[in-house]
Formats: sequence, C-alpha cells, structure tokens
Amino acid sequence: MRDEPADQELLDRLQRSAFEYLLAYANPANGLVADTSRPGSPASIAVVGFALSCYPVAVEAGWVTRADAAARTLATLRFFHGGEQGDGARATGYRGFYYHFLDMRSGERVSSCELSLIDTALLMAGVLTAGAYFDGAGAEADIRTLSDALYRRVDWGWGVNGGTVSQGWKPECGFLHYGWEGYNEAAVLYVLGMGSPTHPLPSSCFTDWTLTYQWEHLLGEDVLYSGPLFTHLFSHAWIDFRGIRDAFMREKNSDYFENTRRTVALHREYAARNPHGFKGYGRDFWGVTAGDGPAVAVRRHDGTHLRTFSYSARGVPFGPDDGTIAPWAMAATAPFGVEAALAGTRHLLRHFPEVCPEGRFCSGFNPTLRAGGDAAGARESRSDGAGGWLSNGWYGLDQGLLVMMISNHRTGLIWNLLRGNTAIRAGLARAGFTGGWLA
Amino acid sequence: MARAAARGADTAADEAEQAAYFRRVRPRDWANPVPRDGYDLAVLGGGPAGLAAVDAALQAGLRVALIERDRLGGNSLNYGSIPSKAIIGSARGHVAGAGSAAPAGDFAAVMARMRRIRARIAEYHAVDRLCARGVDIFFAEGRFGGPRELLADGLPVRFRKALIATGARPRPADIPGLAETGYLTSETLLDLTVLPKHLVIIGGGPLGCEAAQAFARLGSEVTLVHSDPKFLPFEERDAAELLARALTRDGVITRLNTTVVGAHRDGGRKWVDARQDEVRESFPGDEILLSTGRIPNFGMLQLESAGVVIGPRGIEVDDFLCSSNADVYAAGDVCLAYKYTNIAAASARLAVRNAFGARDPVSSRHGAIPRCTFCDPEIAHIGLHVWEARSSKIPVKTYTVMMQDVDRAITEGHDEGFVKIHVKDGTDEILGATIVATRASEMINEMSVIMSAGIGMRQLAHILHTYPAQTGAIGMAAQAFARNEAKSS
Repeated sequence: MRDEPADQELLDRLQRSAFEYLLAYANPANGLVADTSRPGSPASIAVVGFALSCYPVAVEAGWVTRADAAARTLATLRFFHGGEQGDGARATGYRGFYYHFLDMRSGERVSSCELSLIDTALLMAGVLTAGAYFDGAGAEADIRTLSDALYRRVDWGWGVNGGTVSQGWKPECGFLHYGWEGYNEAAVLYVLGMGSPTHPLPSSCFTDWTLTYQWEHLLGEDVLYSGPLFTHLFSHAWIDFRGIRDAFMREKNSDYFENTRRTVALHREYAARNPHGFKGYGRDFWGVTAGDGPAVAVRRHDGTHLRTFSYSARGVPFGPDDGTIAPWAMAATAPFGVEAALAGTRHLLRHFPEVCPEGRFCSGFNPTLRAGGDAAGARESRSDGAGGWLSNGWYGLDQGLLVMMISNHRTGLIWNLLRGNTAIRAGLARAGFTGGWLA
Repeated sequence: MARAAARGADTAADEAEQAAYFRRVRPRDWANPVPRDGYDLAVLGGGPAGLAAVDAALQAGLRVALIERDRLGGNSLNYGSIPSKAIIGSARGHVAGAGSAAPAGDFAAVMARMRRIRARIAEYHAVDRLCARGVDIFFAEGRFGGPRELLADGLPVRFRKALIATGARPRPADIPGLAETGYLTSETLLDLTVLPKHLVIIGGGPLGCEAAQAFARLGSEVTLVHSDPKFLPFEERDAAELLARALTRDGVITRLNTTVVGAHRDGGRKWVDARQDEVRESFPGDEILLSTGRIPNFGMLQLESAGVVIGPRGIEVDDFLCSSNADVYAAGDVCLAYKYTNIAAASARLAVRNAFGARDPVSSRHGAIPRCTFCDPEIAHIGLHVWEARSSKIPVKTYTVMMQDVDRAITEGHDEGFVKIHVKDGTDEILGATIVATRASEMINEMSVIMSAGIGMRQLAHILHTYPAQTGAIGMAAQAFARNEAKSS
C-alpha cells in the first residue's frame, strides 16, 4: 500500500516530532526517558523500552547518526545492567525485573511503585530490538552482549504467583494479588517470558491466560475482545502477528493482526453510533484507550451528569467512555489500515489542531467538556478555548508507540528485526504459534 | 400535632401488620402437635426448599411433617430476598423520585414498607394454610435421633424419608476485633431503625453490592470493601466493572483488592482496618455490615446419628440430592454451591421426586438456572460462563448486543448494559447468557425458557418480540447470528 505524498509528509512529520520527545525528555547519561513532559516526571521503564526501539528507526530516517544512537543505547543498557538489583525499597530492580518508575537521575525506584512485569517486558522488547539492530563491532558488540545479559537475567518464572503471571511485586507486600484476565497488551510479556533460555515462564501460563479470552460478535465484528485500543497495539509494535496463529486463533480462523484490524473497525463503528452523544465522535474521530483524562463531573446540556475520569483505561464498547480520546491513537493504527488512520488523523487535525501542540500529539482530548461553564476544576489541564479539555504536555508511551507503528507501516523495520530474534521465535513457538513467517 | 398523630396511626398500622406477619410465619401461641406413628416425609427447615418440598409431597399425596426452628419462609422471606428487594425498591423509587411509596429520607417508612411487604407475601404459605392441607408443623429445634427418626424438641418424628433443608446463615466474622466492635449481618441489618450516616460493608458479593447501592441511594455514606480485583466473584468481568462504575456513580466509595485485617472502636465510631498492597487504610462507620458469604446450617442436627456425611459445601449429596443415608436427602443452601431461592426450591422438588421413585439427576437441570444480582443495573446470568466453557474445551462465541443499541432502551433512557448470548462455536446451541440491564432479572427468564426448550440461535432469530422492547436485544443477538451464518455460507 503506497501513501500519497501528502500523507507521507504528514506521517513523517508526526513520527519525527514524536521521536523528538524521546530525545528532549531523556537523560543521556543513563538513557532514562521521562514518563511525561510534566516537570518532575520520573522515568518510565516502558518508555525506555520504546525509546530503545525507536533509535534504529531514527538512524534509518537519518535523524540521528548511528554512532549517536549506539551511544545512547549503550548508556541505557549499561545503566540497567549496573543498577542495583535487590529487595531493598530503593533498588532499581529485582530478579532482573525493574520498577515501573525510576528517578531520572539516580535511577532509584520512585515512591512505592511496583516491580512491573509488563513494563519490564516492554523494556526488554526494546533491549532485544537494540541487540538485533546493532550488528557492528565495538560499541555495537557491547550492546549485543549487554542486551543478551539483561534478557537472560530476568527471572520470568519467579513472576508466576498462584499459577498465573502476576502483574507486579513490591518489597513491602510481595506480589500484587491480581493477574491478567481477558486478552490485553500482555502478549509480548508471555512471548518474552516463555522465550527465555534461562528462567522461562511455564507455557501453561499462556494457555491458562487464553482460557480467559472472550471471542465476541460485537457491533458487527467478530473479535477477541479487549476494550482499550492500546491493548491491541502494544505487543504489535514489536511482534509481526500477520499470518501466525496460536491454538485460539486457529480455532477462530483469525490472527492477532487481523483482530486489531477488526477492532479498529469496531472502534469506528462505535464512534459513529456515538451512544453517549459525545461531541466530535464519528467514523473519523475515535481512539478510546488508556490515557490522561479531565477528572471532573459536569452537567450536560440535556441535564444528565457526565463523570469524567483521570488517567484510566477507557474502552469500547463496554466503557468506561467519558468522551475523551487519545489523539495519537488513530495514526498509531496505520499498519492495520492506513486509510482509516489517516482519514481520522486528518479530520482531527483539521477540526481540532490544538490536540497537536508543537506538532506532537497530546495524551487526551475531550471536546465534550466545553470551556466556560462546565469544565470548571479540570485538573492538570487546559481548557483555553471552545475546543474542550486537553491533556497537558506529552506522554512518552504515546510518542514511542507512534514512532514504531509508523515505522512498521512504512518499512516493517522493527517487525523484521524481531522476526529473526531467537527469543521471540522460541517464545512464540512455546505459546503454540505456527504458520506464516514462523514456518 | 397532626404529624405526630399520623405517625401514631402509622405505628399502630405497622404493629397490626407485624401481628399478621407472625400469625403467618410463627404464631406466638403455637403448640406443637402430637407426632403421628410415622411420616412419609419429614422436612427439616421451612424455608424456600422446605416449603417447596412440602408442597411437592402434598401433591403426591404423602403424609408430611415440617420442623422449623424459627419462622416459615426461611432466610428468603424473613431476612433475605424479600426484605432486601423491598428496600431496594424504595431506594430505586427514591432515585427516580416516584413510585415506591417510601417518602424520601424517611428510613422508618422504608423499613415499615419492607415489613408490610413481608407480611403480605407471608400469607401465600401461611401456617394455617399448611395445617389445612394436613401438614404437621413443629416449631422446634430438630435433630436426628437415628437413621429414620428426627427429634423435634425431643418429640420423636419417624419418617420413611427425610429432607434436610436447613439453609445457610451469614458467615461469622473471623476478622480480629470485629466481634468486639460489633457488626450487622443481612439478618440483623433489618433491625436498624435509623439510617446509618456512614455504613462500611465488608464483602462485594451480590448481597454486599445490593446493600451498598440501596443504602447509598437512601442517603448513607457507604464504603464497600472487597478483597478481589472485581465485585461479584461469580460474574464476568464486563458485568462486574459496569457495576463498579454504577456504584461509584451512586456515591459508594469502593475499595477493590482490599483485605480487611481488623476492626476497632475509637471516638464513638466503628473502624474497619484494611490493607491494599502495602497501603493501610481505616474506614469509619456508624455501622459495619459483614457480607462475606453464607455457610450451611447443620451443626445442631446430630447428623452422625443418621449416618449423614458432611462435605466441603455442607451436606454431601449425590447427583440425585441423596445423602450418605439412602433415606435422607438434602436441598437448597445446606448442600448447594449456588445459594439462591429459585435453586433451593427447584432442588427440593427434585429431591422429593427422587426420594419417592424418580431418578432425575440434578446435573441434567443445573445448566439452566437463572440468577440475578439486584443492583441498578441488574446483573443476571444463566448457564455457562465463557471461561467455564473454555475450561471444558468447548469452543464458544458470544453474540453481544449493547443496550445502548436497543431502541426501547434508548427511548426509555435505560440504555446501560448488554445482552451476551454464549453459543457453542460452529453450532447454534446456546450455552449460557449474561444480561446487564435495568430489568435483567426479567429478561433472563426469556433465556431460561429458550434454553429449557432447547431453542437454538437459528430458531430464535425467527421468534417475534414486541417492538420496541428491551428483550429485543435477545432477538438482535440471534439476528446477528443469522447474518453471520448467511455471510459465511
């Protein structure tokens, strides 16, 4: 599928400005990247995973030199390799996993955040991407060595608590006592966990997880259901799910890539029906997902009350949906159907250009909340005009995902790199994936 | 003055209702009959299961004795389904601003209405009606004296067959300090005369969620503490999450993933001490409601003299509801995992049939038992859940219709929820259904008829519904199935 020149230019521009976030809000000394652009934001290890995956994209695009990208990557890997691993409250990680949020300078755990399995998986996906891309000598050889060492050190098997993969652990209270129920963004966690040559997850974990799947006919689409759009994107940033199938997808004669494609159709259909009468919603205005939100309660014109949420996982069609969309989300679905992604993105930018301050998408936008009257008390937000509520600043996850997805749409760079990765291939095989490029 | 006089009249009316209620469920001047030589069936417990068993036995022309230690109607009439639904009805009316007769903010009126409703419904199986049908009723503590004999306050009641239907009671507290602090259960909750300003509820099962929403709507500040990541452990995630949002919207402070570790009194208030991961938090309340499930009643029955064995769920029964004593059966909450009135009554009828000749396994009917949690929206389910089907290696596909896409739901302004029909993938066989809607308790009954009649999605697509109707959602799901099938053929 070839994009028109204007479309290429638009995607280029969005991708480049998204990437600039990862440079502007990074600490080059240790490679840590801030969770958000807001003052005092800690680093998120997931954002670092995205950043590590985006440096190769930037090298290929000519935005940074290969040597500069390698230097940043090496600094990052050295930091994670050398950071304190232990069960102390201020360590960087434990058993090869890392705390969700780290201090930008010291690299210590921030406040009482959890040792996060999914965020470590996203970090490791970036670590493996770096190891796959940098195939030269010198610093690049060091990258490969450290990449391998970091991945091998993660004790995935330890993260199994009560038969299921735990979401996290804290030194203060042990494992957080909830697991993964239903399909979501965790596929990459299972694949990396099962692919480990040193401390693998038992493959029964994946089978048990798929037992909680819901295959539903929803708004005209047959889908493996998960509400928030990002859950259908994160794992796909690294793994090319086209044409490969596990037992579940063989049973349903589909695959996870096709599932995201259908989910996009579902989101568009939902937005067209617009059951809650939210402003803006339509076939070219969608993207209900996890993200920042207004967190206010207002009375609407029809007299009903609208409760909006702060940062939360919004979903379609079961909700919660408070009229807030993620402006970056439509463009990030480009690999799954570029027409819909571009039609929505163009529509959004034409009617609500404020969602893209300095050319970079903010995290959340709610045009239903009009300024002057009903958006009083909005927290951490701007309501500076008729346009509605806008999340302040930028979020690193949004930017990293967008860079990768546009890259995968254009050239398949990340997908191709990880198709050849032994850990990814082993993990997919242990999860029962066959066919397509695995054959 | 006028108000005081009206209140006096209300009180007098309430007392008259209460007198009628006790005449119906347990006359104050009752004298137990002299036991006959022997009974075909002796029933222990006069709740929904016991009363259904008595009715079934009478229809079969059997001679029946009924032993009840408290009141006829059991938990369902006296403390559970009926009183809670009466209070929920008042709370709904309170929100809607009409209908349910209880003046806003008048908790005494809400409770008086509950008592009136309870007294009225008690009439349908009142003591004098059962006596007129020839039942010997013993209001007494019952226990086994031997394999074919019960003792009712020591009086020997001999039987050919016996049915244990002693039900269940609220699980007592094993939380340090809670007993000393003082707490309510679903039973003692009904003794409240004043609406608690702050109510802390421990346990987010059906009962806890219902009470949380009802009391919040009546004006209490309610905190609902639940140890799991989602409310309603028996229901699917989408339903439970929708309920959690509805509770929050009604002002309930919800705490999931939160374990109660203790309780204490301080400054004239009761405090529930809880822990979520590493965070400790204490919730103050004027009252604490404990709703962490129900446990079967059998401790006082001297089961060993009849050779009746206890299992993990209570009285151990086989697929025919027969205990380890071939002449003793059990039904309802005392032996079943799902503790619902309809299941109790149905199992009791089955047990009586099986005790007197039929061999009808309970498993053949268990798949199609509808149940409901009466929050707003209501959450109803029948048959298999997706995870149950998938765990049994049954391929399953769910046809979902959002209530927000149903014309009647839109016109009525009650468009929250969904209908999900779980189908064995590749066939049109219906495995189960979950409905979340304002009146899901009614809508699920259509699914009960459909499943009981063995109607599949293909046939269902041709069954007419009124238009517009909330149950149109069921038809829409079937039509989606038919469209899908046409597309793939």
